[in-house]
Amino acid sequence: MSPFTGTGTLFRFFWRRDRFGLIWWTVGVVMLYWSQAVSVDALYATQAEFDIAATSMQNNAALIAMAGPARVLNTVGGQVAWQASAFGAVVAGLMSMFLIGRHTRAEEESGREELLRSGVVGRYAPLAAAVTVVSSANILLGLCVTASLVGYGLPFAGSGALGVGLTLAGMVFMSVALLAAQLTEGVRAMYGITGAVIGVSYLLRGIGDIGNGVASWLSPIGWGQAMRAYAGEVWWPALIPVVAIGVLVGLALKVLGRRDIGAGLWPPRPGPARAGAGMQGAFGLAWRLQRGALIGWSLGVFLMGIAYGSIGDSVGDLIGDSKTASQMIARAGGDLVDSFYSTTGLMMALIATGFAISSALRLRGEETAGRVEALLATSLPRWRWIASHTLITLLGTVVVVGLGGLGTGAAYAVVSGDGSQLLRLTGATLVHVPAVLVVAALTLVVVALAPRIAIAAWLALVFCLVVMMFGAILQLPGWVIDASPFSHTPLLPSEPMAWAPVLVLSLTAGALALVGFVGLRRRDIN
Amino acid sequence: MRGMGDTRATDDAISIDGLEKSFGTTKALDGLDLRVASGEVHGFMGPNGSGKSTAIRVLLGLLRADAGTVELLGGDPWREAAALHRRLAYVPGDVNLWPNLSGGEVIDLLGRLRGGLNEHRRTSLLERFELDPTKKGRTYSKGNRQKVALVAALSSDAELLILDEPTSGLDPLMEAVFQECIGEVKNEGRTVLLSSHILAEVESLCDRVSIIRAGRTVESGTLADLRHLTRTSVLSETTRNPVGLDEIGGIHDLVVEGSRIHFEVDTASLGAALAKLGEFGIETLTSQPPTLEELFLRHYGDKIDNTNDPEEAQTR
Repeated sequence: MSPFTGTGTLFRFFWRRDRFGLIWWTVGVVMLYWSQAVSVDALYATQAEFDIAATSMQNNAALIAMAGPARVLNTVGGQVAWQASAFGAVVAGLMSMFLIGRHTRAEEESGREELLRSGVVGRYAPLAAAVTVVSSANILLGLCVTASLVGYGLPFAGSGALGVGLTLAGMVFMSVALLAAQLTEGVRAMYGITGAVIGVSYLLRGIGDIGNGVASWLSPIGWGQAMRAYAGEVWWPALIPVVAIGVLVGLALKVLGRRDIGAGLWPPRPGPARAGAGMQGAFGLAWRLQRGALIGWSLGVFLMGIAYGSIGDSVGDLIGDSKTASQMIARAGGDLVDSFYSTTGLMMALIATGFAISSALRLRGEETAGRVEALLATSLPRWRWIASHTLITLLGTVVVVGLGGLGTGAAYAVVSGDGSQLLRLTGATLVHVPAVLVVAALTLVVVALAPRIAIAAWLALVFCLVVMMFGAILQLPGWVIDASPFSHTPLLPSEPMAWAPVLVLSLTAGALALVGFVGLRRRDIN
Repeated sequence: MRGMGDTRATDDAISIDGLEKSFGTTKALDGLDLRVASGEVHGFMGPNGSGKSTAIRVLLGLLRADAGTVELLGGDPWREAAALHRRLAYVPGDVNLWPNLSGGEVIDLLGRLRGGLNEHRRTSLLERFELDPTKKGRTYSKGNRQKVALVAALSSDAELLILDEPTSGLDPLMEAVFQECIGEVKNEGRTVLLSSHILAEVESLCDRVSIIRAGRTVESGTLADLRHLTRTSVLSETTRNPVGLDEIGGIHDLVVEGSRIHFEVDTASLGAALAKLGEFGIETLTSQPPTLEELFLRHYGDKIDNTNDPEEAQTR
């Protein structure tokens, strides 16, 4: 019996479990690329208009840090590649991470893998089947994106390069997830490691694209963008991810070949025989359960802030040789650096929303894991159980967003030699906290009123991201843009502070939280 | 059934009348009645999926009753959940622990949330159940996870213990320790609701038993009460060949092989049957009292047909 016996059967089984999810991921990613092409075409009446807009975009450091290197932005293809490729790669990475986690470490953690492996199934079969399924999914993604763009009438070579870049980026993150799944005992920690790698990849290419480009070569997302889709394609950078995938999958196989089922790289250490003084009640428990995630998100967003803060000076350089652009911005009455930081602040707040949603979903996670029953059978009132996790979400959101601002402010204060930037930029970022809390409170409402589809709370983040990044380009109607809480927050520091919207957002968050609170107190706990 | 408990309603630790609970279109509880008097160990029996755990979750205020009345320690379990829970301890049927917390931490946490635990008891229980409190939740086996929940519940001074199939993962030695512990709890005058389908356990521990099926109580009473509903199995050898026993009502499965006779007899007819047998000169006599197994079979099995449960009659 080969160590791969059973791979085929498992492949069909995994594929069956994933088929509906894959449809949604694929439709989402194809829409991301295709909608760019459609909307760019609709946006500009003449090529002259397009050229002017392109000039201002390619000098906007915030947009470059967010999207990628600006190339031929006065063509539809150039716009699609610029706007969609980085986010497409992140989405493909997240899809790969969740699929790998679901078929490898989550199965081991739950004990189901034991059941599978007790059959006529080789040691490597589940891993091989998972790799095959996720690779197929990424290839499908790439093919669909290429096909949809060629179908729209964009050049074949560029569309192909975009598709290949997307597939390979997804597969690199798949391999990272696969290796991470061999190292950690729990699937949560594995998501943490992989998510951090995706985040750092995104950040590195942002730094590289604004600066001298070196950092972009360290990023799997940068590798795809280095293929210069629609801008004189270069194909050899595709070799880098291929090598990376080979090395990472090989390493994962090697670790799997040596370890026990259910075990991670580090043997489990004994814990304390007694609960510490910190674990006094519901709040102590909630803190203990969420602190790992909170530390991870805080560190990630803090590093992101430092990265943005340290490139503040390059923002001015970018524009130095373009008189038209500086005139345009001067006319708008804004300061380049300030407008850069209003965008990065918003960006970090949206990332912090990821923490807020996952933290608010923790209540539901505890419930489905069957750990709430024993807790609520003690004299712990239900409201205090809800409040304990909600308080962590609230304070954690302030901390994560605040650290993003602090990182930005501290780094920019050092770079610019202007100490006042520290507090100024920290405050400018913190202004987004109420908007983040609106989404967190909405998550609580979903957990309370529609627990079965609680995971759908993530759609709120997707919605806010789409509105923020593509709202103008897609020419979304005003009411859709207004539905995102982030559309109402004043964009400090380039806009003046406005207290009214911030206050209204805070009250909205409070009201939603109250609805969620009451709903969750009243419903059955399963 | 309903009238029975009225006179001592104030003494009841648990009193449920006509409880109904549906999940979508499935009816989990369909008119359940349950009375547990203070100070008794009450067996709560029924096959898988009969609604035992649902009933317990309603008692704990985790689920809201659709219809019927539920009283727990003299209060409403839904509205006064937290206050009532100070006075009870619970062991879930499926013990799920936090993967990163050690067993000791969980025991302390649950104890603190209940308003304190008995230190002396905690130490002695860890020893008796041979539980290592330093292992993480993720690394415990099913039986050890159950021990964590048992130690947490038993080290409290709660006046009511609600145990949902607490021994399904324990080995026979630990099962014996568990029975000892419940014996001590009983001697202290505390109340136990023990959900189980392990008959020997219920038989040796419980004062009274309620049997539920398809969300409804089908039998309730002391073990002695319930034995009236079953048959004693008699095996005898007589000097003369016995005849005419089949004329006595209440005798079933009669087999006569010369002087050897074997039959089952309804408890009500036991005296008449033995008197008749005496006429032929009894040489040996073995009789087996009805076991809970038989009670069980009567409600769920296919051995005894004269059931008065309409639902069961329909499925035949």
